Amino acid sequence: MLTNEQVAQEIINQFGGAVSDFDDPFDLLTFSTTREQIVSLVQYLKNSKTLQVGFLTDLTAVHYPDSPGREFCVVYHLHSLIHNFRLRIKVYLSEDDIHIPTLIPLFASANWMERETFDLFGVIFDGHPDLRRILNMEEMDYHPMRKQYPLEDGTREDKIDALFGR
Amino acid sequence: MVSEELDIAQQNLPAEQGPVQYVNELTTLNLGPTHPATHGIFQNVLQMDGEKIVSGEQTIGYIHRAFEKIAERRPFYQITTLTDRMNYCSSPINNMGWHMTVEKLLGIEVPKRAQYIRVIMMELARLADHLICNGILGVDTGAFTGFLYIYQERENIYEIYEEVCGARLTTNMGRIGGMERDLSPTAIRKIRELLPRFRKVLAEFESLFNRNRIFMDRIIGVGGITAERALSYGFTGPNLRAAGVDYDVRVMNPYSSYQDFEFDIPVGQSGDTYDRFMVRNAEMWESLRIIEQAINNLPEGPYYADAPQYYLPPKSEVYKNMEALIYHFKIVMGEIDAPIGEVYHAVEGGNGELGFYLISDGGRAPYRLHFRRPCFIYYQAYPEMCKGLTLSDAIVIMSSMNVIAGELDA
Repeated sequence: MLTNEQVAQEIINQFGGAVSDFDDPFDLLTFSTTREQIVSLVQYLKNSKTLQVGFLTDLTAVHYPDSPGREFCVVYHLHSLIHNFRLRIKVYLSEDDIHIPTLIPLFASANWMERETFDLFGVIFDGHPDLRRILNMEEMDYHPMRKQYPLEDGTREDKIDALFGR
Repeated sequence: MVSEELDIAQQNLPAEQGPVQYVNELTTLNLGPTHPATHGIFQNVLQMDGEKIVSGEQTIGYIHRAFEKIAERRPFYQITTLTDRMNYCSSPINNMGWHMTVEKLLGIEVPKRAQYIRVIMMELARLADHLICNGILGVDTGAFTGFLYIYQERENIYEIYEEVCGARLTTNMGRIGGMERDLSPTAIRKIRELLPRFRKVLAEFESLFNRNRIFMDRIIGVGGITAERALSYGFTGPNLRAAGVDYDVRVMNPYSSYQDFEFDIPVGQSGDTYDRFMVRNAEMWESLRIIEQAINNLPEGPYYADAPQYYLPPKSEVYKNMEALIYHFKIVMGEIDAPIGEVYHAVEGGNGELGFYLISDGGRAPYRLHFRRPCFIYYQAYPEMCKGLTLSDAIVIMSSMNVIAGELDA
């Protein structure tokens, strides 16, 4: 049974300065890396004899419009089914350059997850063979999960009546 | 070349000229969006070479309701109504999974009795889910009797839901910190009565299908997927276990006292339609075992945690207790603030690992909520599983995968 510290140490030994912000909220090892390193990092985790992280659980993004230079955060959840620990890897992206390499060569499941993330946030996965919208219609010209497209909320005072036909 | 033309060409063929040279012109076939055999609204555009499926492409999103976006404006209690509508065949699992995620964030320890009641409800939901999936697989192979026969048992399960919370389909029986109310004596009696009856029906259902020649011919060796491909495609739940990987969230990351119960994980070998069917059947027996253990060892004690600022108090309390009235008002008006945090919680849904990824910025609604929906993730393997097979195989593969449109799109 590997502890989070051992896993973190293993990753730090291998990648050094490319990984940062280690934390384990609710016992789930979380850290950040750069988009240059993400593919080789996940590949290493997958092929490593000691870690054996062979399952991509989830891939999504978060929008932080108020943090300049790190507006988008792509979040990967990975699971080692053999040692039974989960990992959360974050990659922060700038709004001006919202590109990240695709994970499809490593996990087939990344295909639709990346399409969904592109659809909802507009994150562009370089190397994706078929980066189209998946849940929304093709004609849509914006990415609806971004924070600048808020839903109407009756208790908020910041909404403008004119926008809602009142 | 269309098949009619082919027939005519064959008839007019002089005997010495030999067999017709096939022209490899592919037929595009739309399976869906609304087709009786898709059990939901999603389109499959199949490229057919004669009878054989060469490739396929799916279009989904027909009932996309933007749950993740809506959730960003909703207090935690109101998100229950969203999760219930994802996998509507087993909504109590979604319901409990969501409440457990919030409890993890808030740090609430749920009493044993509530945990056992949750286990009972989640296993009942799994029974209903698997029952319908396997029954519909029968319908798709032309056997309607089994489906009609087992519907009575789903009805009985829904009657238990009704007794516990008043609703049948979109149940709302969980609360942050426990259950809405305790199991009534009637509910306990109904659960106890269900078990022997369900076993009898399930045994009959199995005897109707398991050795049925037509049924076996239709599904054995159809739509097989190797364990390696299944893992790469992100399969979880019965579909992955049919391929031979014994991954079950209930055992791997036990939640809600699942570690207290004895049950086995049924595993298949080839990952074909027959194995998926058999794994689901075997899982129903295990679910019955779990329910029996839970109902026999139901601990005494409170059915909700001592967390008045988060647990929505029962209406009877609200009428006579000032504290309860205040907290009820605050919770209903969405004034509970959650601590800042980031949670991933997974439960074993009807189709596999149902995950909730919740980021709270300390407000009354999640900053970001993402559902890891098993259907959405594994449905992309469908064309690969159909490749080289016929249309009738594609139908049984789809129903054995148990793709639920509500969960696919969310």
